[in-house]
Order: sequence, then structure tokens, then C-alpha cells
Amino acid sequence: MGTGGVASGGAEVLDAFKREIDAAGIKARVRENCFAHQVGCRGLCAKDVLVDVAIDDARVTYQFVKSDMVQRIVQEHLIENKPVEEWRVGEDYELFQQKQVKIVLSACGRIDPEDTDAYHSVGGYGAARDVLTEWLPDDVIEEIKNSGLRGRGGAGFPTGLKWELARKARGDAKYIICNADEGDPGAFMDRAVIEGNPHSVIEGMIIAGYAIGAHEGYVYLRAEYPLAVERLKLALDKARRRLFLGKRIFGTPFDFDIKIKLGAGAFVCGEETALIASIEGQRGMPRAKPPFPVHRGLWQQPTVINNVETLANIPIIIQRGCAWYASFGTEKSKGTKVFALTGKIKNPGLIEVPMGITLREIIEDIGGGIEGGKALKAVQTGGPSGGCIPANMLDLKVDYESLAKVGSIVGSGGMIVLDEDNCMVNMAKYFVQFTQEESCGKCVPCRVGTKRLLETLERITKGHGRKGDIEKLEKLSAGIKAMSLCGLGQTAPNPVLSTIKYFREEYEAHITDKKCPAKVCKALLIYSIDEKKCKACGACLRICPAGAVTGAKKTPHSIDQAKCVKCGSCYEVCKFNSVERN
Amino acid sequence: MTDSFDKIIHAYRETGGNVITLLQDTQEAFGYVPREAIDYFSEQLKIAPSRFYGVATFYAQFRLAPRGKNIITACCGTACHVKGSERILNSVARELKLAEGKDLTDDGLFTLERVNCVGACGIAPVFVINKKVHGKATSEKILKEIRLIKGSTDAEK
Repeated sequence: MGTGGVASGGAEVLDAFKREIDAAGIKARVRENCFAHQVGCRGLCAKDVLVDVAIDDARVTYQFVKSDMVQRIVQEHLIENKPVEEWRVGEDYELFQQKQVKIVLSACGRIDPEDTDAYHSVGGYGAARDVLTEWLPDDVIEEIKNSGLRGRGGAGFPTGLKWELARKARGDAKYIICNADEGDPGAFMDRAVIEGNPHSVIEGMIIAGYAIGAHEGYVYLRAEYPLAVERLKLALDKARRRLFLGKRIFGTPFDFDIKIKLGAGAFVCGEETALIASIEGQRGMPRAKPPFPVHRGLWQQPTVINNVETLANIPIIIQRGCAWYASFGTEKSKGTKVFALTGKIKNPGLIEVPMGITLREIIEDIGGGIEGGKALKAVQTGGPSGGCIPANMLDLKVDYESLAKVGSIVGSGGMIVLDEDNCMVNMAKYFVQFTQEESCGKCVPCRVGTKRLLETLERITKGHGRKGDIEKLEKLSAGIKAMSLCGLGQTAPNPVLSTIKYFREEYEAHITDKKCPAKVCKALLIYSIDEKKCKACGACLRICPAGAVTGAKKTPHSIDQAKCVKCGSCYEVCKFNSVERN
Repeated sequence: MTDSFDKIIHAYRETGGNVITLLQDTQEAFGYVPREAIDYFSEQLKIAPSRFYGVATFYAQFRLAPRGKNIITACCGTACHVKGSERILNSVARELKLAEGKDLTDDGLFTLERVNCVGACGIAPVFVINKKVHGKATSEKILKEIRLIKGSTDAEK
């Protein structure tokens, strides 16, 4: 993807394997796992680079592989058939996989995403072929409705129902749009699916197109994901060559093709009507609904917009049947959900779990707990539209209803773990800063409201908080939620409200005591040097950018508070823990 | 310059593009959207310049001024934020002697920019230096890379 695997040297490792295997003169087929890993589909990004060595059915996985380790693996494992024990993945690799149920990600990390045959080998395009040759569109819609699949982009609208509305709507043409504008900071599910198995999204779109009667599809993809763009383009070309796209596909009278539209970096374009405006070449500003896009969407025609993960579920539901799919999950939230598990977690990565799993299972069993032996403070779900769930609610089930009940959302699937070193007021400020910058400015409650929220939060974190600020934040939030035009504004106050609800005392500490308990908010910190511990080594003196540290050789140093810019450099550089932060 | 502009207009007509794709192609070719490009497109296509500026300033992707020779991108996604990307960003800005609100160094050697999320949250905090992704970043590691670039530029001189 240009991140995980590549950043850790995945391409170099793959090259090294090719070189060493050629040099050894052996006939071996290397499963290109650094390639598969590079797309993030293995999920366990923290153990980069992962390499599988498979001899017949015996598969051994190595972690943290660097190119200089390759020669030994080839020599000992491939030639002498003795796996290099000390480089193998540990127990946590197995634990990471155990509680996961892979439906959307089932082929990710197993197949080469650039190879159509590989997708074929796992039944790829079989569902589209069956649907186009044997099913009526209404039957497809019925099947998806019965599966209970709900939109995975965040709102959770029943997919089958959306298709039915578009099918019944009247128009000169109809469109299916795949929303791949994954703008939530801290989320990378859609990128992983497109990079890991682009054909599954294409197949999902073909089936959706057939069901609603669309002959044209668009994928609205973030330009910030260059590898996903490249892989999807390649996959579209290959699908066209095999007549899975174009005129009379699969030998049936049905025409269908897909175009890519690159987003230009606006979070609000994840909103359906803004996304449509962007595809039409306008500023991506939402409009009032109704009419909904299923009635009047792209070029004023009936349009279905589905998220990447939603579409990637479709072929598998058709293949295995709606009853099988509905056997996973809870009463109202069926199937699985892909999450990007990140933050202060031991094993961050991409996971797919059945709906209804508890947060505890995700964090403790799959993620391996908190890194560095720290205490869990909260879990943030749903990105800037979601909320923070405190540590004492870990047994909460993860599904649309349960998360909504505690003031958060499933959202697109970002799940960020926070520990004792994270300040909740700072988190709220971070998200509001994000939504304030991304607000399109069309409606006043969002444009002005988020600005006022941010100003208040900034004041609090700078030590200028006033009595009554918390109540003011609550009141303002309620107004923004009630009156904003689109989902961006309607959900923007969620991070503020949920942190006030569960961490009110932290707000109070900032406002009343002018202290940041987690020691994050810069303006509230005071750095000082403990003369007894100071060895007068001069490290802090040299690094201080403000010249605030005084002292000399053999004279303990001290910090001039008037000059200190609170950058924390002295704190980081001191080897004797003599710099104190309060 | 007009040759390149004509090529972009040609592609736009061929593929049935729109203002966004036109600007994307322009930025791809020049690294930013030059004022001359907008003037030229506006005249050729009979589209008001305000429409181009409206779109260009709406989307974060577009830049109306040239960028530095080296691009340092700080990921400010949530995972990076909670893992301390802000502190690294501050030390990079100090190293580059960038005043608050500025993103280009006086010598035009570096641009320091923030992006919302590069989607590599598993290896946060993430910095991208000239398209190469650096995961699990620390101030030390990033400053070292910057000094390396500075050193090799000085050597060229």
C-alpha cells in the first residue's frame, strides 16, 4: 500500500527472496506474502514484514523479516527443510487471528490482488455470473434484504432496502457509486480491501448494478491512496478484457462498466450528496435531503451509494446464501465488521469480527492488551463522528445499537485505543479541530458552531477555562446536532459530549485546577529540574531551543520559567529522569 | 507552458472530464496549480476563473503556490496523534526554522505539510519524506533524515 509493508521494506524482502531462490537454483513458488502483506490484508501491521514459507501444506510464518535474513531462510528452510525457529511468529500471531471471522477479508492476504485467476480460484465472479444468468433482480434484492446486511460506511442503512428504493425509482438512467472516500483519520479498512481484493468490489458493483438496473458505476476513491488507485485500475482493465465489464457481460444482454473518480481531499465528500457534487466536478457541498440520492442522485438520476466493505460482502452473500450470512452477528446487526484497531494497543492492525463481539475480546484477546503495561483509559470508535467509550464499559457489545446507546457509533470502523497518557479534553479538541477544518461552510450551525466549540476547547486546554464552560459546550453541542444540514455537523459534537459524559472530572481539572492530569496539554505543564538528581551533563542545556536552561559543568541546571517554551525537549533528552513535568 | 496546458485540455475533452480532473492533471504536471493555467483554461473553455478557484480552494489537495524541493508530510490521523505526532512535528518545524503558519523554508528546500491520515495507522506515528513512508517515527529518526537531505544538498553546492 505504500505504507505498512513497503515502509518496513516489503518490496526489498520480496526481491531478496527472488534473488536468493534463483541463486540457489531451486524450483520453488514463493507465496508472495510480503506483497500480500504490503496491502495490509494480513492485518498485523505491527509485525512487518511477514513472510509465509509454504512447502506443500506445511506453512511457516516469519515476522520482522529484513532482506539480510532472507538468505538464511532460503538456505535452512527451503533447501534443508529446517525452519528458522527463532524468527517464527509468536503465540500472539495465532491469538490475533483466533477470534476473528473473515468474510470480507477472507481472500485478502491469501491471493495476489493483481491476478484475476487468483480471485477465480476462490470462486471469484461466480456470484456475478450466477446472478446475471439465473436470478431476477428482485430476487437479488430479496436475498440481500434477508441477509440483514447494513451499510458499512457508518450510518448502517439496510442495503437491500436502499437497492429496492432505487430499483423502484423512475429515471432515464441509474447509477451505482462505490464510496471509497475513506476520510476518517485512523481508519484504513477500505484501502485494505481495495488493495487486497479489488475484484470483490467490482463483482459487488456488477451485482448491485444488475439489481437496481444501472449500467454505469463509479468508484469515488481517495487520491491519498496511490496503491489502491493503481490496483483498482489494473483490476478494472483485467475484468474488461475478460468481458466481466463492458457490453453484454458474461454473455448476457446486460451492459455494465465502472469508472474511477479521484477525490481531492475533502472529508465532507463522504456524505452522499457532497460526493455526488464532487463527481459532477463541483465543490463538494451537501444539499438538503429529501430528495434522497436513490430518487435524485448523480445527474439527477436514481443513484445507490454503497461503501467498499458493503459491496465486498455482496458476492459472498450470494455465494453462501443469506441464511449463512445472517447466522453471524446479533439480532439487528448481522454479519461481520472490519475494524482498524490502532492506538496504544500491543498488536495494532486490521481485524474482522462478528457483530456483537465485546470490546474486551477485541482489545484483550485480539489486540493483546495495552502496550507498555499502561492502563486502558478509553476506546474511541467512529472517528470524528463517534465517541469515547470508557474502560469500565469493556463488556459492551460492538454493534450498531449498543454503541449508539453509549453515545458513540460503529462508524466506518476506526477503533483507537487510548491509555492513561491520553488527555480526553485534548482528544475532543483534536476531533473538533478536524471537523471544523472540514466543515464545508454551507450551513451556519456547523460552520460557526464548530468554530465556537473549538475556541472554547482551546481556551480550556490553555488554562483559560472558566466556570460554566462545560455547560456551554453541552448547550452548543445540542444546537449543532439538531440544526446542522448533514451528517458531518450532526455528529461533530459527539466526541465532546461523550468525553464530558464519561470524563467530566478531567474537564474540571483543566478549568478549575489549571492542570492536565494526563500531562498532555502543553500550556498547563511546568518543567523543572530536580537538583539532587541532575548530573550536570549539559544535555538539556544544549537541546533547549529557547536558552531557558542555565547552569554549567558540575553546577546542577535549572529552568528559567519565563523563557521556557514547554517543548519538552529537556524532558525527553535527560537520561537521569531529573527533569520533572507537572 | 501553453503546450502542456493544451495537452491537459485535450485529455479533458477526450475523457469528458470536469473542473476537478482538469486541476488534478495540472497539479500532476506542475506540482501546483499555476495562475497562468487557470487564466488559460478559463479563456479556452469559457469557464469563469472563479469556478476554478472555488474548486481549488475547497479541496485540500490543490496548491496554488510552488512547493519546496523536498516534501515532508506529517500524518495527523488519530492514531498518530495519540502516539505523539504533534511533538515530532514541532521539533521538525524548529529544525527547519519555520515560523508559525509557514510551511515552506526560506531557501525553498523543504515543505512541511500535514495530512489528515495516510492510512498506515498500524505503524503510527507516520511521517512521509519525499514519498517514502517512515513508520514508528521518532523526533530523532526524522531529524536525522532531514539532516541527511540537508547534507547532500550542501555537498552538491
